[in-house]
Amino acid sequence: MTIPFALFFVCGALLVALTIYVLTGGADYGGGVWDLLAAGPRAAAQRDLIERALGPVWEADHVWLILVVVILFDAFPPAFAAIMIAMHVPITLMLVGIVLRGSAFSFRSYGGGRDRAQREWGRLFSIASLVTPVLLGVIIGAIASGSIPKDPRHITDFLLPWMTPVCFAVGLFALALFAYLAAVYLTLETDDAALRDDFRLRAIAAGIAVGAIAGLVLLLAHREAPGIWAGLTQRVWTWPLIWLNGILALAALYALWARRFAVARVCAAGHVALVLWGWAFAQFPFLIEPDLDIYNAAAPPITLKILAGALAAGALILLPSYRYLLKVFKSRPKHRPLSADSPVERHSQ
Amino acid sequence: MPNILAARSQMAMSLAFHIIFSCIGIAMPLLMVVAEWLHRRTGDQVYLLLARRWATGTAIMFAVGAVSGTVLSFELGLLWPHFMKWSGAIIGMPFSLEGFAFFTEAIFLGIYLYGWDRVAPRAHLVAGFIVAFSGMISGVFVVIANSWMNTPVGFRLVNGLPVDIDPIASLTNPAALHETVHMTIAAYAATGFVVAGIHAAMWLRDRGNLFHQRAIAIAFAIGAIAAVLQPLSGDASARAVARLQPLKMAAFEGLFKGGPHAPLAIGGIPDVKDRKLDYAIELPSMLSIMTGHNPDAVIRGLDSFPERNWPAPMIAVHLAFQIMVGAGFAMAGLAMWGALLIVRRRTIFDSIWLLRTMVAAAPLGLIAVEAGWVVTEVGRQPWIIYGVMRTADALTPMPGLTVTFVLFSALYLFLGVTVVYLLWRQVILSPTRAEVPVQAAAL
Ligand code: HDD
Ligand code: HEM
Ligand code: HEM
Repeated sequence: MTIPFALFFVCGALLVALTIYVLTGGADYGGGVWDLLAAGPRAAAQRDLIERALGPVWEADHVWLILVVVILFDAFPPAFAAIMIAMHVPITLMLVGIVLRGSAFSFRSYGGGRDRAQREWGRLFSIASLVTPVLLGVIIGAIASGSIPKDPRHITDFLLPWMTPVCFAVGLFALALFAYLAAVYLTLETDDAALRDDFRLRAIAAGIAVGAIAGLVLLLAHREAPGIWAGLTQRVWTWPLIWLNGILALAALYALWARRFAVARVCAAGHVALVLWGWAFAQFPFLIEPDLDIYNAAAPPITLKILAGALAAGALILLPSYRYLLKVFKSRPKHRPLSADSPVERHSQ
Repeated sequence: MPNILAARSQMAMSLAFHIIFSCIGIAMPLLMVVAEWLHRRTGDQVYLLLARRWATGTAIMFAVGAVSGTVLSFELGLLWPHFMKWSGAIIGMPFSLEGFAFFTEAIFLGIYLYGWDRVAPRAHLVAGFIVAFSGMISGVFVVIANSWMNTPVGFRLVNGLPVDIDPIASLTNPAALHETVHMTIAAYAATGFVVAGIHAAMWLRDRGNLFHQRAIAIAFAIGAIAAVLQPLSGDASARAVARLQPLKMAAFEGLFKGGPHAPLAIGGIPDVKDRKLDYAIELPSMLSIMTGHNPDAVIRGLDSFPERNWPAPMIAVHLAFQIMVGAGFAMAGLAMWGALLIVRRRTIFDSIWLLRTMVAAAPLGLIAVEAGWVVTEVGRQPWIIYGVMRTADALTPMPGLTVTFVLFSALYLFLGVTVVYLLWRQVILSPTRAEVPVQAAAL
């Protein structure tokens, strides 16, 4: 394995892990958002559906974040250190959110408490699900907009670099994307037509919000993150990504409208993945603009080679197991009779 | 509070919190699969009831373990960025491997906890085995990273920076074997004792309750085997420390003056100013005999090292070592008592005193684990990477760490209290003697 190959392999793995985290773990946060916003005659059924959808998978989904962190500090230690120093405050807040979200969720599911206690845990879970993605977005926004100095040893201000409109716009964007993904996925988690329609409408609304916030982010990026803006607009190879992205976004909305939920799920996931890749390719080869790129921040070749080997070997165990998990819980039981209260079942399939 | 102190306290507090959940995350799946396996072998429904009840408690512990572990993986960078920047390329490896182990664990845990009715019974049992195995492996990988901090290898120092990095060599550093073995056994011993103690308390109030009786049999068997092995493994650890980090060994023993015929100290309070150990019972020449197999073996004391490299606070290291060893012998003693009863009378359930002692001994394992880590970690001070980088040089420039320390302490206190309360409810809700057959038959 030559050095650049190992390097690109590791970068690819980093991007893939982040993408899967956003597509799975992100949607788990989105589930919490809809738990908070559950309303109407079926509010309790909505919450119930969300809980059943998240329960078996959220811990595994969450590990993708750990993988992102460990790859980052194994392969690009200086970039990891720089981010951890400059982003100390938002990362700390995000961790509090992660801790509260995960523990409150399991306390609610397994606490077996009275209704009131369960409601309180549910509220904590959903508020934490709302705040954490915003902070994650803020951190990504700060990295993308070049607010992280390379040698933060002498950094004096730990608040201003990330307290900018563009960072918060990215934060909101992340929240909207996660909520959108969750609503789209949830349409496929139930046989109850009315419940499904609740989430269909929520998905469409969230999809439109995603579009609007995306516009805001681009507008602000033009002013505050010239590096990313240039990467997005002045490179030949980011254009196809942007076009494809737009097409998928519209296709997902149309599919939702037409109740083609399986198609909508693929298009929505593709759309969100391309948003991330758009960012990654626009910023390439920088990890942190303008000082640290994947070459000067990389660990020595030997580390990269071994890491690449370990990632490849790990993937051989991991991907089939993860697929098995999703297969067990995300496919409908084969022999379940159609439920009596969902007559639409037959033709919407 | 000075920043360095706040950072060290935050790290220590986070790890001390996480390690409890790690121990349970390592050992509890084994207890569950043993129960489920016994159910499949004997057809006894009570074992199945037990496995399912244990799974509920474990789910809560797992979630808290997972989120507190996530905090740690960020905290290493948040608090010690210069350490991570320096050593990421060398020890990132065990952490990445650990990531895969966590994955496997989380995936199959989901299947185990939620899949009772979704997958075939055999697949369910296999999922449980995979959880138990990958939990153990993930612990091994983190401890390897930690052992590297004690015996850093796999690089060459040039101008204060590491070159010729060899990540594989760092995996097999000289402290890795004894630390991983000792920690893994510790997890089974500690969890086994806690679980056996809780069920013993319930059994004593409701004698003859088969649910608790089966629980005690499994948990105590696993805990006792581990507890008997632990002093042997601890002895190996002590020998290794004497060889690899003689200064640390001297601190364990509060041995201010080295030489031949070094005594083994029991108890005592080190007085750093006057360089002596107060109030200790000293067994003459024992330390020389134990580490060197010879009363004339020369043991280096603190006096042969510059004072600025002494671990501080010395008293924490020495006392923690005493506590761990004391707990270790107490646990091994209880284990032998149980074994004796089994050999003599084929049951432990006619000895009320054994069961009462079991209740009292429930926290010993976790206390020993916490103490053991103080021994290892405070004993490594003032170095974050032994002999290479001082802890103070690894610190983040971020001011006001007292705030985050207080924040996380409050958060963990809240979580800790909640977890105890929820588990307490689980325990209260455990089936009474009359309910056991009914609930078991309903499964
Ligand atoms: C159930 C828990 C438990 C019990 C009963 C014991 N230990 Fe222990 N000990 C640990 C749990 C532990 C630990 C928490 O797991 C440590 C911390 C780091 C490690 O690898 O294991 C540890 C570390 C540790 C070290 C330091 C290793 C190092 O710094 O590299 C020594 C020398 C011993 N132990 C020795 C003993 C002895 C002689 C025991 C005699 C009974 C004993 N331990 C019982
Ligand atoms: C889980 C059980 C552990 C416990 C209870 C524990 C306990 C402690 C304690 C008490 C300190 C503070 C030492 C002092 O300030 O004097 C500390 C520091 C530290 N520990 Fe551990 N430790 C554990 C495992 C680990 C592991 C597995 C690692 C890394 C792989 C690690 C890395 C560190 C680091 C980086 C510090 C801060 C720097 C330092 O004080 O050396 N610890 N830990
Ligand atoms: C001796 C010390 C440690 C041991 C034995 C240990 C072991 C474990 C185990 C067995 C788990 C999974 C089981 C559970 O969630 O209850 C776990 C969770 C976790 N630990 Fe630790 N750990 C230790 C210290 C650390 C340190 C220092 C870090 C930071 C680098 C860390 C990071 C994590 C993470 C990220 C998780 C969550 C993984 C998941 O979602 O399942 N652990 N730890």
